[in-house]
Parts: sequence; C-alpha cells; structure tokens
Amino acid sequence: MLTLDQTMTWFTACRVEDVPENGGVCVKYKDEQIALFHFTRREEWYATQNLCPHRQQMALSRGMIGSHEEEPKVACPFHKKTFSLRSGECLSGDDYVIKTYPVKVENGLVYIGVEE
Amino acid sequence: MKIVIIGNGMVGYKFCEKLLAKKGTQSFELVVFGEEMRPAYDRVHLSEYFAGKSADELTLAPAKWYVDNGIALHLGDPVQSIDRVHKTVHSFKGITESYDYLVLATGSAAFVPPIPGVEKEGVFIYRTIEDLEMMTDYARHARKGAVIGGGLLGLEAAKAMLDLGITDTQVIEFAPRLMPRQIDDAGSNTLRTKLESLGLHIRTNTNTTAILGDDRITAMEFADNTKIDVDMLVISAGIKPRDELAKLSGLETGHRGGIVVNDHLETNDPYIFAIGECALHKGMIYGLVAPGYDMADVVAANLCGGAKSFTGFDMSTKLKLIGVDVASFGDPFVSNKDGRTIVWEDTLKGVYKRINISQDGKHLLGGILVGDADQYNMLLQTCKNKVVLPPNPEDVILGARGGAVEGGAGVTSLPDDALICSCESISKLDICQAVSEKGCETLDAVKKCTKAGTGCGGCVPMVKDLVNHTLKATGKYVRNVLCEHFSYSRQELFDLVKVHELKSFDAVLDKLGKGDGCETCKPAVASIIASLWNEMILQKGNATAQDSNDRYLANIQKGGTYSVVPRIPGGEITPEKLIVIGQVAVKYNLYTKITGGQRIDLFGAHVSDLPAIWEELIAAGFESGHAYGKALRTVKSCVGSTWCRFGLHDSVSFAIEIEERYRGLRAPHKLKSAVSGCIRECAEAQSKDFGIIATEKGWNLYVCGNGGSKPQHALLLATDVDSATCLKYIDRFLMFYIKTADPLTRTATWLNKMEGGISYLKNVVINDSLGIADQLEAEMQLLVDNYKCEWKEVVDDPALRKRFNHFVNAPEEKDPTIQFQPMRSQKRATEWK
Repeated sequence: MLTLDQTMTWFTACRVEDVPENGGVCVKYKDEQIALFHFTRREEWYATQNLCPHRQQMALSRGMIGSHEEEPKVACPFHKKTFSLRSGECLSGDDYVIKTYPVKVENGLVYIGVEE
Repeated sequence: MKIVIIGNGMVGYKFCEKLLAKKGTQSFELVVFGEEMRPAYDRVHLSEYFAGKSADELTLAPAKWYVDNGIALHLGDPVQSIDRVHKTVHSFKGITESYDYLVLATGSAAFVPPIPGVEKEGVFIYRTIEDLEMMTDYARHARKGAVIGGGLLGLEAAKAMLDLGITDTQVIEFAPRLMPRQIDDAGSNTLRTKLESLGLHIRTNTNTTAILGDDRITAMEFADNTKIDVDMLVISAGIKPRDELAKLSGLETGHRGGIVVNDHLETNDPYIFAIGECALHKGMIYGLVAPGYDMADVVAANLCGGAKSFTGFDMSTKLKLIGVDVASFGDPFVSNKDGRTIVWEDTLKGVYKRINISQDGKHLLGGILVGDADQYNMLLQTCKNKVVLPPNPEDVILGARGGAVEGGAGVTSLPDDALICSCESISKLDICQAVSEKGCETLDAVKKCTKAGTGCGGCVPMVKDLVNHTLKATGKYVRNVLCEHFSYSRQELFDLVKVHELKSFDAVLDKLGKGDGCETCKPAVASIIASLWNEMILQKGNATAQDSNDRYLANIQKGGTYSVVPRIPGGEITPEKLIVIGQVAVKYNLYTKITGGQRIDLFGAHVSDLPAIWEELIAAGFESGHAYGKALRTVKSCVGSTWCRFGLHDSVSFAIEIEERYRGLRAPHKLKSAVSGCIRECAEAQSKDFGIIATEKGWNLYVCGNGGSKPQHALLLATDVDSATCLKYIDRFLMFYIKTADPLTRTATWLNKMEGGISYLKNVVINDSLGIADQLEAEMQLLVDNYKCEWKEVVDDPALRKRFNHFVNAPEEKDPTIQFQPMRSQKRATEWK
C-alpha cells in the first residue's frame, strides 16, 4: 500500500479510545487536517486528508465508512462522494484522488506517518 | 523485421503494445529510444501527481514489461541522427542500430514565447515529472503564482499551482477568452466566473512583455504597462512538435512545425513513420492522446499486414477543470449559414450550454457545455449517430418542460452500433448482449466482461442505464434489495430485526448481512433500529452508522457548520422563550431565520459549540426539534378557534398534542404535519404527510400529501372523526408506513407505489383488513413511551459531548477553515467551489 522512505515521520495523533468504533475523527497536524478512521469491524486503521475535494469541505472525518466489495471506503457527508481508504481514489465516478497517510498503533496510541 | 521507435512517451508505448497484440505469429525485433530517464508514463493525468499519485502509479508499464516482451529499451538516450541511406540511427550514448522501419514518436515540447526574462529562476514549464518535481520544491517558498496560457494545459497548470498551495494564482491569456479552441466567448465567461469564484485571477487579452527580477522572478510586466508581483511562473502556452531530428534527416516538415505524414502516417520516406503530437496530418497537429493512440494503431496494424488509414479524429472532449465541467463536441462554432444555435445560460449556477443544429432542426452538429456536462455522452452520441432530434430540440439540453414525457433522446433511441465507450470501442449492442446473453446483471459485471467504462469512466452512467433497461426489457425481476451488504428489502429487514431483537448496526450486519456496510445500508438500518426500539441513537456503536446529521444531531450546512432547530410545537412560543433564542443566537454568533414549518432555525454553529448551545436551550425548556432526522419534523397550525373568527376547533392545541405525541419518531423519511381550524386551510394541511382539517362535526384526516419537488395533494382518509379516533388512525397509518416503506421514500411515493392505493390503505387503517391494527397501535405506544430528548442525553453525558470536538487532539480549537461573510446585518456561509 505504501512506500516508506527516510523522510517519513510519525506523530502521535490520539489514543485508540478517542476514535469512535467504525468511525472517524479529525486530527490536527501543523496546518493540516487529517481524517483518522478506526475500521473496528476489520481491525484496520486508515488516515486520509480531511478535505473533500468535491466542494472543498473539511468533512471526511465525519463521513460514514464502509466497504464496496473488499475495498474500504468513506462517504463524504455532504454529497456522498465515496473514496477508497486504501488508494484515496474516488469510487463514485469522479477523477478526484485524496491523500492517504500510513497509520500505526503502539501501546494504545495511534500514530500517523507524514512526509516532511 | 526490425523496428526502431524513437520516443517513449504515451504514444510510443501504445505503439509497442498494439504491435505485440496484433503480431500473431510474426516476429519483430523492437528497439526503443527514450529521452527521459523513466519509462513512459501517463502525462494526461500529470496533475494527479500533486494530488498524491506517485510517479510509479503514473507509469504505464514498468521496465520489466519491456524486458518480458523482448523490447530493447534505451532510456535517457535520445537519438541524434538518422542515416536514411543505410537505414541506421545513432544515439547520444553512441549506440548505432539498423532498422527496417523507423517510427518517430518524438511528441512535443512546451511552446515558450520569446519574452525577455524567461530564463529566470522560478519560471517553469509543465510537461514532465521532472518539471513537477522542480515546481514542488520551488513552491515551498512561493506565495504569488502566475500561469501564462488560459487553454486546456494552462488551466491544468493553474490547478497544479492550487494543489501546491499557491492559492494566489493569476492566469494570463493572450486571446480574448479562455480555451479559445474549445469554447466560445459566452462559454468562456461562464468558465471564468466559476474559476474566479475559486480564487483564481484571470486576465485575458493580456500580452506579457517582460519577466522581472534579478536572478529570480519577482514580477511580470504587460503590454498595457501594468505590473504584478509574482514569485513563481508556469508557462503553458501551447505545444510545438519535436521535429528537429526529422528536419535534420531531411524529412518533410510543415513550416509551422510537425512531420508531414499521409493517411498511413508515412513520412516522405516510406520506411519512416511519424505518430502522435510530432505528426502533421492534413495540416493538423493533434494535441490529445486519443488521436495519437489511433495513429499508433494504424501503423501497428499496417506493419502486421493490415490496411488501415488515419482519416482525422473527432476532437470532442469533456474534462473537469479545477472541478468545473467543460465539454465541446462536434463542431462547437457552427456559422449562421450552416446551422442554427440554441443557447441556454444560467449565471446563477454558472452553467452555459450551446447546441448547434442543422438548418432543418433535425440533427445535432455540435455544441459546448460549461458548468454541467452531464449530457455530454448523450449529446455526443446524438451528434455522431445523426439521431433525429425531438420536435423541440432544446429538450436535449433542458429536458421536456410541461409535458409528462421524459425529454430528449434516451439510451433506447440510440442505434445498436452507437459507440458508448470510446476508450475501449464498445457499442450499445456489445453492452446489451453482455446483459442479455452473457448473464452480466450488474454494472460491475458488464464492466469486467466488456471493459466498457474502464477507461476514462465518462460513459458509466450510460452503461448503467443500458444495463437496467436491458434487464427490464428481458423481463428480469430486479429484486429491491438494500445494497450489496443486505439481500433484503427494507420491509423484510424491518421484520427480521424485530424478530431477532437486534439493537445495533453491527448486530444486524452480523446476523443478517455481509461485509462492512456502507453509506446506503447504515442509515437505513439505523433508522429501522430507531423506529423499532426508540433508544438513544448515539449509543451501542450506532453513532457511526447514522448519517452525518443524525450523528451530530444537527444539520450540516455549507462550509461545515451546523444549524440548530429547537422544537416549537404547533408554532406556539412564549415571548420569554423567543428572547432566549435571541440571546443564544447573539452569544454564539448565529444567523437566524424563520422556517417554513413555524420554527426558528439558527445557522452557522461550530460543531464544538453544539452541546453548549443546547445546554442553554434545554435549560430554558426547549428540546430537540429533530430537524436533522428522518423523523417527525413539525406540526404546523393556524391560530384556530381561540382567536380566529372563522375557527371551528382549537387547531393549535391539537397540533401541540400531535407534535408531542410523535416527536422523535423515526421513519423511512421525514414526516410533516399540520392542523387547520377550518376549511380555509391556513395551515396547508393537505400538503403534508398527514394533515387534519376541522369540520363542523370533528376532524377530517388527510394522508400522503407532499410539497417538495413533486407536489401532491393529500387524500382524505377519514371524515368527521373525534380527536381520539383521529390519533388512533394516525398511529396505525404512521406505523404501517414505517414498517413497509422503502428507505428514503416519502408517504406520497409510498402510496403511489401501493397496489390498491388509498382504498387499500383505508381498509388497513380503518377497517383493519389485515388484523394488525391493535399491533400497530401497541408498537406506536411503545415508541411514544420511550421518547427522550436526545440532545438532553448528550448534554448530560461527557463522553458523548466529547464527540462534538472538531479536532480530537486539539479539542479547544475550532476548524480554522470555516469562514463567513456579512449579509444584511447577519452572516452567511462563504460560497463553496
């Protein structure tokens, strides 16, 4: 899914229990807003940009997550554009691609990887 | 046979791919020389590099592909000379290769106008991944950007600048309009207004005379002597064919560039071909990839013994520029003597549509769409296939107005050989046969089987229409299931959830569904659970199964703020409560407006302020108005017999009683009601899901009315009933609706689909024809008894309150991107996109 190189740094986003099950929260990193999702059903974590590229709204962390076949996805609450949580690709027929970030969990803390 | 290909761009690569696919048992030796350091990549989607795609993802085929197919690939090694007499090429690194046939796919370079100062640091062209990498580095220190060129490539470059975070970017175009080759002046104006609303500054009719600065660019100067400050400039003013090598080798070139080729893409040397953007065919350079692929196909076919010709290419195109749809097809600029023009323009929404039709009004010749290009596929097909236009040709862009029939020509009117997917050359017949003969019954199956819609994806809506239409035509029963996760209709699922006493989304999914759920089934199941048990919707892990509005118990509005609607039953409110609403609005800086349902809506609340706002409203005796839910909204009332000289009964008191009975009731869709005190009907009860009108003898109950997009009058269900009977009938009616309707179906649509219509419904509700009346009443009573104000529960629960913070790791901070503008002494949301 990702190619990590030396420029990746991990920052502490929050504790595991801060994120609702099968839902998301918005994490602030410097001036960036990152949507962090705990896909509890699959015990997976994902992070993407919080901005929905369709109408430029900071909303993806408030979207519903789910799957299309095997592909995990999030639906923007505004107009239900859906995006793959893995690749960031828009699954509802538009050309948008959103940014995705690697996530790791250690000792009950959630870390997000950002390129410096 | 040995073929040498000069150029490893998209077209050069496509030529190799086509040749391998067509060669059969013939054997070819292929040698490719490329100037860039990496194998061919997708230049068309270059701007996605900034949106997060990596260089590897843009690569068309990895180096290994060339090895596996026996192709010798020399990267970073441009060919320096061609010896046509001995049929050899000589490369920069000193390789000499002989050839039987030579294919030139040298592409094009950015055209850089001779402006003094173009060599300065901070001036870029937009062509290769290396250009992008250099731009990315430089952009970190740049704040003010500019792009020279307002054509397709220039606007792409402007998008790249925005993606790089340079929001203060100017687009400078020499011509009087944007995209001069694709759209007309009016279309350009619409596009311009749209782009300017996104923050781009656009200057047309502007001639750049100098690029200023010592080493780095600091400013630009124009012919009208004005100047702007610029830290970074991208020049994207067009392309020039790479024909230097051809010229050097004595091949014929056009006087404005391009290698002259015939219909077989042969140059004046019959052993040398030219394809793609370097080729000049009948005076045309094709600056798009599709014609280049077509040329690659022709040459590959002919070298394999075929007899294909290139006869020009349709330049119809649809694209999304910075989120704005732009399309042009056929002949976009028909002159008055060749055809007639129909133009439609909506400056409010920023939509411009132009179609050119033949003098007799029968055929579509071409057109332009800006702002909304949904009809592009259909129009292109209508144009290409010479489908006869409807009697009012404007219907094809506006839809039929005033009549009952669907406007324009649907997919059914297309001929079988109409090309639906032009990327993969799939006709209408191919798609219909995949459905009817190969058993593909879903869009995905058809995509897999035919490859239709797998290229640019633009034809997907049409493919979907064709699939559905063919399924229906072959008499297939399309089962009305919820989504891929549940093979049940909502009604079936409702009964199953009840029988199994399931109370959370996960429990329902584990027991009755598969996969992980999605934005279709989650709110539908959450609604079923709420309609059955009426428990707090944010508990038991159900919060994240709610639609955003239910999850935050407020309505999300433009910009990401929320609106707050306290319940004001029957529209009756004391002055003290009005004052509290005013105070809360002032304190939290909210925009206030009276709603259509006799309530007060408070807009512009930050998500993190919602619990505090509600804490104050609840302290003053308010409760949730459920304006965010698929639930009972409001019961509107006229003032009734307490004040009105015509009033027959006290409509306000009855409205309050009804509203308090059904408050918080969740249903497949929102529910609205009203009570009028006499037949003058001031409360407009006959436009509601259930409406009550006072008569001399009691109440008349009307059901299944609707305002909205398809207004429908409510139908009379019961006449002259007393208050208790009226409530009993409403209990049964609502519960029957909740149990049997499809998701997101209003009562009007539910009734329209019901076999037997209103007489059947009357039989169930009044005559108890199904013998379920008692059960329906008992179920409703359970919901009524279980009602609690959900906002009060949130306000009193610190764990739930925490979920309303915008940042999980900075709970005290609000979303800094939220912006308002002043309007009529209040505020409004900043316009999006």
